[in-house]
Amino acid sequence: MANQQPSSGNPRVDVAYRRKKSAEEMRYQIVSFTLMIFLTIVAFVAVGYEGFSGWFTVPFILLLAVVQVIFQLYYFMHMSHKGHEAPALFLYSGVVVGAVTILAFTTIIWW
Amino acid sequence: MSTYAQKKGFGAVLWDYLTTVDHKKIAILYLIAGGFFFILGGLEALFIRIQLAVPNNDFVSAGFYNEILTMHGTTMIFLAAMPLVFAFMNAVMPLQIGARDVAFPFLNSLGFWLFFFGGVFLNLSWFLGGAPDAGWTSYASLAMASETHGIDFYALGLQISGAGTLIGGINFLVTIVNMRAPGMTYMRMPMFTWATFVTSALILFAFPPLTVGLFLLIFDRMFGSNFFDVANGGNTIIWEHLFWIFGHPEVYILILPAFGIFSEIFAIFSRKRLFGYSSMVFATVLIGFLGFMVWAHHMFTTGLGPIANAIFAVATMAIAVPTGIKIFNWMFTMWGGSIKFTTPMLWAVAFIPSFVAGGVTGVMLASAAADYQYHDSYFVVAHFHYVIVGGVVFALFAGAHLYWPKMFGTMLNETLGKVTFWLFLIGFHLTFFIQHFLGLMGMPRRIFTFLPGQGLETGNLISSIGAIFMAIATIVLLINVIMTQVKNEKVGNDPWGDGRTLEWAIASPPPFYNFKQLPLVRGLDAYWLEKMEGKNGMTPAEPLGDIHMPNNSFIPFVISLGLFIAAFGAMYRAETSWGLLVLILGMAVTLGAMFVRSIKDDHGFHIHKEDLMDDDNDKGVKA
Ligand code: HEM
Ligand SMILES: [Cu+2]
Repeated sequence: MANQQPSSGNPRVDVAYRRKKSAEEMRYQIVSFTLMIFLTIVAFVAVGYEGFSGWFTVPFILLLAVVQVIFQLYYFMHMSHKGHEAPALFLYSGVVVGAVTILAFTTIIWW
Repeated sequence: MSTYAQKKGFGAVLWDYLTTVDHKKIAILYLIAGGFFFILGGLEALFIRIQLAVPNNDFVSAGFYNEILTMHGTTMIFLAAMPLVFAFMNAVMPLQIGARDVAFPFLNSLGFWLFFFGGVFLNLSWFLGGAPDAGWTSYASLAMASETHGIDFYALGLQISGAGTLIGGINFLVTIVNMRAPGMTYMRMPMFTWATFVTSALILFAFPPLTVGLFLLIFDRMFGSNFFDVANGGNTIIWEHLFWIFGHPEVYILILPAFGIFSEIFAIFSRKRLFGYSSMVFATVLIGFLGFMVWAHHMFTTGLGPIANAIFAVATMAIAVPTGIKIFNWMFTMWGGSIKFTTPMLWAVAFIPSFVAGGVTGVMLASAAADYQYHDSYFVVAHFHYVIVGGVVFALFAGAHLYWPKMFGTMLNETLGKVTFWLFLIGFHLTFFIQHFLGLMGMPRRIFTFLPGQGLETGNLISSIGAIFMAIATIVLLINVIMTQVKNEKVGNDPWGDGRTLEWAIASPPPFYNFKQLPLVRGLDAYWLEKMEGKNGMTPAEPLGDIHMPNNSFIPFVISLGLFIAAFGAMYRAETSWGLLVLILGMAVTLGAMFVRSIKDDHGFHIHKEDLMDDDNDKGVKA
């Protein structure tokens, strides 16, 4: 829009600040990316290893999946940043509504 | 741009409305389409009451009665109440937050056309072999057994219009989150905007279960699946749950905007700040949240078991608490105010006892053990008409009078407005109060006739007489609308004289860009604040600059038309040779239109600063 103002009066301050911020951001990205690769390998190992029964493996990789989703949302999709409170609120509300539905279906309809 | 032309031919106006992406014009489209369906649903209601006026009546046959009854409920909820609520949300909410339009004007138009084509599709069932006849709840065990294409019309039509509603809801959410004027914090938002916000969130979470349920129904009926077929391992109860997980939030989707409209009215015409604003916000959010935890109170008698019944009974009763908070706040708003009994205020004052009566019967129904007696009797019919008519419909009438000047620039006649009010109020209580007792005396709901000598004659006759009053009231309103449009006396920014929020700070109707300069909001009731300090308008929050506007587009119409065509294909696919072809053709139209939309860059246009300065002198006369 034509009327928008730049966020800071001094463009140079802005650039310096942003550069620092981006470097920090990059570090997080790399750390979480490594972690995610690691978690994926762990999941494969858990499935491949003969010693674990299905009763361990299935819940375990589901847990890993949840962790990965959280990483994905917070680090790659920037939900950790300020200004994402509203999306976070709606995401969690959706999770609650979905969970209540599943809970109801599994308790009072099917079993 | 269209608005600069003063006189236009009918064709040009029609084309303008078919392609418009302006929230104010889309609001008018919703008002007209919703009003049309409201009259249609009202006629169906009259037929129901004529049939039930005397025992053993044969005005309509049993099968046809089922169709009328089903279409009355479905039309009123999905095609009348929802779009009328959307009309006010579209017309008022962007103005209240000081925005130039909604966040996605194109999607706004798409939402309307999807709703419209879905509604038309559903009603075409009357001419194509019979309307749906399994009730507005369309329980699967009945729906699967229905032999005509009626249920297919229901499932496909609601699927299309439901997509439109979902799109509209998401659009409102993004608008409120992102497009509030400078200074408009969440806790400075007018109550109607808050109601729109929570309602939209409910739409976002409640419509997907309906979509899923409808798809299962479509697959079962048209594509040979067995989700609800018990003989093949399916389960009909799944539909009931999916429907009510949607259905209960749906009733709050209707009532929260009504609460919002009344909150505005009480404050405006008591000429006082809304009492307990923050507790009102809290109660609205809480109602929205609890609304998702209570759906099984519609299913107490399906055999959920005592534990589930108890949990849902208590959760249901809990909703009465935030509702009570709101009732008291409205009364305290009036307390000590200098009240003006205009038409909207009359509706608002009458709303309180009417709605409370509905709430009280709601709590009675929520006691699971007692509900075994009430369930599927006229007592339930009385309950939901007290809340829906006494709450939602009253609000729609009130809102129509209140916002008519903002939407059309003219005032509805107050005397005729009051005539409408009294006729409707009397008719409403005549029709529905007695139904509580009919229900307690054992009259089941959804029956097409009753026998003489069971004590049901007088009650039913009174009920039918009441319906006539409501019909006359509606006709008076229509006359009022026509008279007002013919006279066409334009009014100023703040025709009620006591407007508190931003929409009253600009012309009626506002210019197509709404605010020349975005206003600076310094508190709740932003416009009132400025007036109290002796200013005659808002302080601008930005220098005058070019305004970026979206171009009109015909694509939303085409996308919706494609789905409308595809729905016919899906329905006739199994029994005709051309069905599949039509299905593919329809989908091709829709997807093709979406493709065009995504590859064609449309950057909109700018209104230049100089043009804005030019029409400083004649502001208020442009639509
Ligand atoms: C205090 C708040 C409320 C309570 C405790 C409540 C409770 C209930 C209960 C327990 C039923 C099921 C009765 C049965 O089928 O045996 C019911 C039905 C119904 N309620 Fe409410 N209700 C409340 C408010 C509302 C509101 C605000 C609306 C709409 C604006 C509404 C609309 C309906 C409808 C449409 C039905 C009938 C659905 C059908 O079977 O077709 N209720 N209510
Ligand atoms: Cu309910």
